[in-house]
Amino acid sequence: MYNWDFYTVLQSLDLFLLGMKMTALYTVGSILLGITFGLMAAFARLSQWWALRLIARTYQEIFRCTPLLVQILWAFYALPLIIGVNIPNYIAGLLMLSLYVGSFYGEIFRGGINAIDKGQREAAMAVGMSGAQAMYHIIMPQAIKKMLPAFINQSVIQVKNTSLLYAISIAELTYMTYVVNGETYRPLEAYTLTAVLYFAMLFPLTQFADHFERRMRRSD
Amino acid sequence: MNSTIQPAISVRGLTKSYGALQVLKGIDLDLPAGEVLAIIGPSGSGKSTLIRCLNMMEVLTTGDLRFQGQRVSTKFKDKGDAIGTATLRRKVGMCFQHFNLFPHLTVLENVTKGPTVVLKEDRKAADNYARELLGKVGLSDKAESYPSQLSGGQKQRVAIARSLAMKPDVMLFDEVTSALDPELVGEVLEVVRELARGGMTMVLVTHEMAFAAEVADRVVFIDQGVIAEEGPPEKVMKDPSSDRLKQFLSRFNA
Ligand SMILES: Nc1ncnc2c1ncn2[C@@H]1O[C@H](COP(=O)(O)OP(=O)(O)OP(=O)(O)O)[C@@H](O)[C@H]1O
Ligand SMILES: [Mg+2]
Repeated sequence: MYNWDFYTVLQSLDLFLLGMKMTALYTVGSILLGITFGLMAAFARLSQWWALRLIARTYQEIFRCTPLLVQILWAFYALPLIIGVNIPNYIAGLLMLSLYVGSFYGEIFRGGINAIDKGQREAAMAVGMSGAQAMYHIIMPQAIKKMLPAFINQSVIQVKNTSLLYAISIAELTYMTYVVNGETYRPLEAYTLTAVLYFAMLFPLTQFADHFERRMRRSD
Repeated sequence: MNSTIQPAISVRGLTKSYGALQVLKGIDLDLPAGEVLAIIGPSGSGKSTLIRCLNMMEVLTTGDLRFQGQRVSTKFKDKGDAIGTATLRRKVGMCFQHFNLFPHLTVLENVTKGPTVVLKEDRKAADNYARELLGKVGLSDKAESYPSQLSGGQKQRVAIARSLAMKPDVMLFDEVTSALDPELVGEVLEVVRELARGGMTMVLVTHEMAFAAEVADRVVFIDQGVIAEEGPPEKVMKDPSSDRLKQFLSRFNA
């Protein structure tokens, strides 16, 4: 019978908490940047210029069809060889996480905007709004409501994806667990505790998302 | 420009094609200020396309659109002696068959959105005027409701109020009663009738022949992309000259 000993790993609780803080930081940072990339991709895809559409499409397909871990490793180990400059791990990590989630956000945003009946845009234009005004005042508020569940879902995945940063030694939760395990030789407790901590971060988020979605449906 | 002499809207040599399909094949039309013009015609003849060209919702393939004598360009902003679509649409309101109310906004906000965003009116003034208009269309008690809580007839009356809030000189109605249950048609027609009495310049695309005969000063019969016949309603509807129009009208008198 295995002898559970959480006491030893809990001695390093401060390291776990530091890891959680970094995980939260990379999540928030990459989601904010990802929203920017996603919006640019979505509007480029909806634009009338084929060159813009092509660029956005290429970006999205590259990042959606390759593994995030490979992207992160590539940015940290391969890209510096091409450009001849070392890239600090936090920049490579944040950038790839953001571009990755942005490519998915782009599809979510585009889908949400496309789902709005084109009569909405016409009615907005018919009272003299510009395309941008119609987008801001009429289309976007409705599209956001439509895309919110998918957006939250993708963002939950994003929290977990930050764990891949461990591969380039960024001190987020998974990496910290690896460090604690190295010191304590208590992998079962260390990784179990980490799983519990991830769960504790994400479960409230998914509950909130469900609650929010139910409320949205009611107002329709 | 003197808007009392110039027609409110005029088009010359209007054609409109979608790819290889030519929908409008050369339309000349003047809409004098104060006139109520009804457009009738078979399904697919180009009525919607024509009325949508009048506020540049559709870009004319060839031809010339003027508003109160001023040339209208396809650009959003005014430029030189041509007005843009922004100015045109502020002056020419449009109501649609399917209402197209903004579902995320209350009835009141639906009506005030144009004035506050486009005309930069302040909230208070816009609210007051919107409530006055909602009163006119008989919906004072629905100001705080959402479109999903309204009947079709009520929705269409809100849509009319939304257009009127821009204080337009001309109103375009594209089959505004076609999507309504028969018992709700009357309440919308009553609002349109009231506008006509008030002297509003209007274009109505409609299948309500009796209503067209009653409120219109002039009726235009569109067939296969051209104006096949036009004149006062007594003439066009009671004494049609072409066989096509006779045939078309007979379907309504069954
Ligand atoms: N955006 C478009 N692209 C291609 N074809 C179109 C488009 N809009 C209209 N058409 C075609 O143009 C023709 C005229 O359409 P329009 O909607 O103007 O007819 P209508 O007289 O309003 O008919 P209805 O009484 O059924 O409303 C139809 O053949 C239609 O299929
Ligand atoms: Mg039509």
